[in-house]
Amino acid sequence: MSKDVRIRKGVNIKLKGAAEKLYANPVSTSDIVIRPTDFPTLIPKLSVKVGDKVKVGSPLFYNKENDQILFTSPVSGEVTEINRGEKRKVLEIKVKNDGADSAETFKQGDPNTLSKEEILDNILKSGVWPFIRQRPFDVIANPTEEPKAIHVTALDTAPLAPDYGFVVHGQEEAFQAGLDALAKLTSGKVHLNITGDANADAAFSGAKNVQVNKISGPHPAGNVGIQMHHIDPINKGEVVWVLRALDVITIGTLFKEGKLDASRSVAITGSKVKDPKYIKTVVGANVADLLKDNVEEGGRYISGNPLTGTQIPANGYLGFYDYQLTIIPEGGENRFMGWLPFIGFNGFSLSRTSFSFLSPNKERDLDANMNGEERAFVMTGQYEKVFPMDIYPVNLVKSMIVEDIDLMENLGVYEVAPEDFALCEYSCTSKIETQKIVREALNLVRKETS
Amino acid sequence: MKALEKFMQKVKPKEDGKFPLAYAIWDGTYTFLFVPGHTNKNGVHIRDSVDLKRTMIVVVLALIPALLFGMYNVGHQHFLAIGECLSTDHVCNMFWDKFIFGALQVLPIVIVSYSVGLGVEFIFAAINRHPIQEGFLVSGMLIPLIVPADIPLWMLAVAVIFAVVIGKEIFGGTGMNVLNVALVTRAFLFFAFPTKMSGNQVWISLGGDKAIDGFSGATPLGDAAQGAMDKVPSLMDSIIGFIPGSIGETSAIAIGLGALLLIVTGIGSFRIMISMFVGGFLTALVFNAIGDAGSYMAMAPLHQLMLGGFMFGMVFMATDPVTASQTATGKIIYGLFIGMMALLIRVANPAYPEGVMLAILLGNVCAPLIDHMVVSANIKKRLKRLKTA
Repeated sequence: MSKDVRIRKGVNIKLKGAAEKLYANPVSTSDIVIRPTDFPTLIPKLSVKVGDKVKVGSPLFYNKENDQILFTSPVSGEVTEINRGEKRKVLEIKVKNDGADSAETFKQGDPNTLSKEEILDNILKSGVWPFIRQRPFDVIANPTEEPKAIHVTALDTAPLAPDYGFVVHGQEEAFQAGLDALAKLTSGKVHLNITGDANADAAFSGAKNVQVNKISGPHPAGNVGIQMHHIDPINKGEVVWVLRALDVITIGTLFKEGKLDASRSVAITGSKVKDPKYIKTVVGANVADLLKDNVEEGGRYISGNPLTGTQIPANGYLGFYDYQLTIIPEGGENRFMGWLPFIGFNGFSLSRTSFSFLSPNKERDLDANMNGEERAFVMTGQYEKVFPMDIYPVNLVKSMIVEDIDLMENLGVYEVAPEDFALCEYSCTSKIETQKIVREALNLVRKETS
Repeated sequence: MKALEKFMQKVKPKEDGKFPLAYAIWDGTYTFLFVPGHTNKNGVHIRDSVDLKRTMIVVVLALIPALLFGMYNVGHQHFLAIGECLSTDHVCNMFWDKFIFGALQVLPIVIVSYSVGLGVEFIFAAINRHPIQEGFLVSGMLIPLIVPADIPLWMLAVAVIFAVVIGKEIFGGTGMNVLNVALVTRAFLFFAFPTKMSGNQVWISLGGDKAIDGFSGATPLGDAAQGAMDKVPSLMDSIIGFIPGSIGETSAIAIGLGALLLIVTGIGSFRIMISMFVGGFLTALVFNAIGDAGSYMAMAPLHQLMLGGFMFGMVFMATDPVTASQTATGKIIYGLFIGMMALLIRVANPAYPEGVMLAILLGNVCAPLIDHMVVSANIKKRLKRLKTA
């Protein structure tokens, strides 16, 4: 049984600088950084100190709440820096790449013949586990819980997002092995949600051992939370695990080769990139190495997409979950009378107060300017236009602002993740930082209910 | 522009200096001249080009046709009252005389409304040390359009202060108010100075001249409430708007132009406009069926809606996003409710010939309740899913 879901609310923001479907010449990264701050609510406990030698797959740190969850090194080499922030919070662990790729070995074998415990153990020990996240709360899944279902999204609809089909092409076997491993982890179904707007890659449409659902429509159709909501919504007390299709390949390769494969294909995108293409690298790679001579001056570097990504310095590092690097103009100039409707600044608007609404398919070059100042909620109906769930987003956000947990539960807090509110935040007339509010509220509910 | 920006930066007062009012005024002016180049720090890196200033200015633009027509009509009614033109001479004769007379009557009202209202807003911005919010840009333009042309300016100033302080700022400012600020102004005038806000004498600006004999100056609804149905202007006249009334409310055509802009830009809720029209129309239809022929009750439904402030209230007042219902379903219920109440107060209540103002205020008060019910239905649906699962 499969489901066809058509998302109607939402919008695709077309930006300049989409990655051409070609791989650039691979460059090896000089060093990598893993940031514990990429994992919401995580309290890291270090397993290494500066000067330690690590292999690919050697633990760098683990989760204080659950010491089974390891975070391992994607390269072999030496731990050169551990940067801390306020209250000695660990911000970065830097490993210098020696290029030898010597690797820890893990269990190898067909997931179909391994037991659930063996699979869990293998995924946890190799450091692949953090790729499996859960709803509610949008945090790393808890291996001791049994999920009601596992959802894998095989499409990314965010602006300039990588084409999963292009990346997965040729890795069908690893992908299928990954799905087989996931199937062992739940008594419920594994859902593979593929695009219904175009022909999906054979690796996706031919996948076995899963329920294949077709999702079509504009962003945020690619968000796994939106897909779940329409296929099999999550209720209070239930847990669902979620992954992106590209993470499934990492799991599959682990079982096929018996070692951690931290390599990934990253889409280099954005209007400030001279030659936007895909590039093969590893988790946490040094961005300066990837972008050598390929970027114009004055850009804002974003690890991830322009809606949900993290700002990094020009010599920063790729985030743990990110398959995309975006470099857009920083902006920051005052705009004389920029608020004038129709004749003022003509950036892409969902409100039809500038003529940009007449050309929704034009590729735009947007900068990071706020285009206004933060205000109280005034306009209504805006969030609802880009929030394809049967949830009242403004009411939910307001209950989050006042930290009313009962009300949040009633309004559907368990189904949402910050990324689902990214378009709401984009279109917000009052420039409210919605994703931040949602993230903090999820952390609060998680703390209070566990 | 560079020179202007340099100048503004030069005169910038200290943010936490001795004169917070000076800073509030500087900040308000500066952000009006230049959209500040703040960049996104958390969350999304790109943002829609719309902001609250742009939104509010679109509403002000939508009010311009009604304002211009109102100015002309004030002059037209004046010359009609003193007998210098015929009621059939709508446009051709004395066009500029009428417009200039009207403009001289209306512009002081606009200036007083804006300066008093913005003054209060600036003081509160300084006290609370937050940037000035744009809400009053629209209220300041709405207020002149819903008062009689002859209103004493001091009365208007008192009413505006009352509305901004009691109607808005004590709730926390723009976005937090329960009642529409412009309607609070009008309600205050209506109940505090009834002789200046109702009856037959207030709607025409005589400007010192004497009205000719037999000229009543009553609004159509005033006539209708008195049972003088023969004096009510024809449907066509009430759509075009050369009739006595508040400054901006008389012309359905001018209001329609504004409605078009609000609907096209998506700033005014078409749900509220349509449902309020339907609510009013159906109620009028019921009255039309039960009323005696020739009575006020039996007036043709469309004619009812084109008279008085119904159209103006529907397009510009009921759609205020802060005080209206916020959910899509709620907006429809809210519109229907106001449409019905407006007609009910108008026709069934002998004390007030017009009911739109009170109906919208009542709708404002009920809007949170309507939303609560709509959201509760959504919550129940989710709980039901939990039980069946």
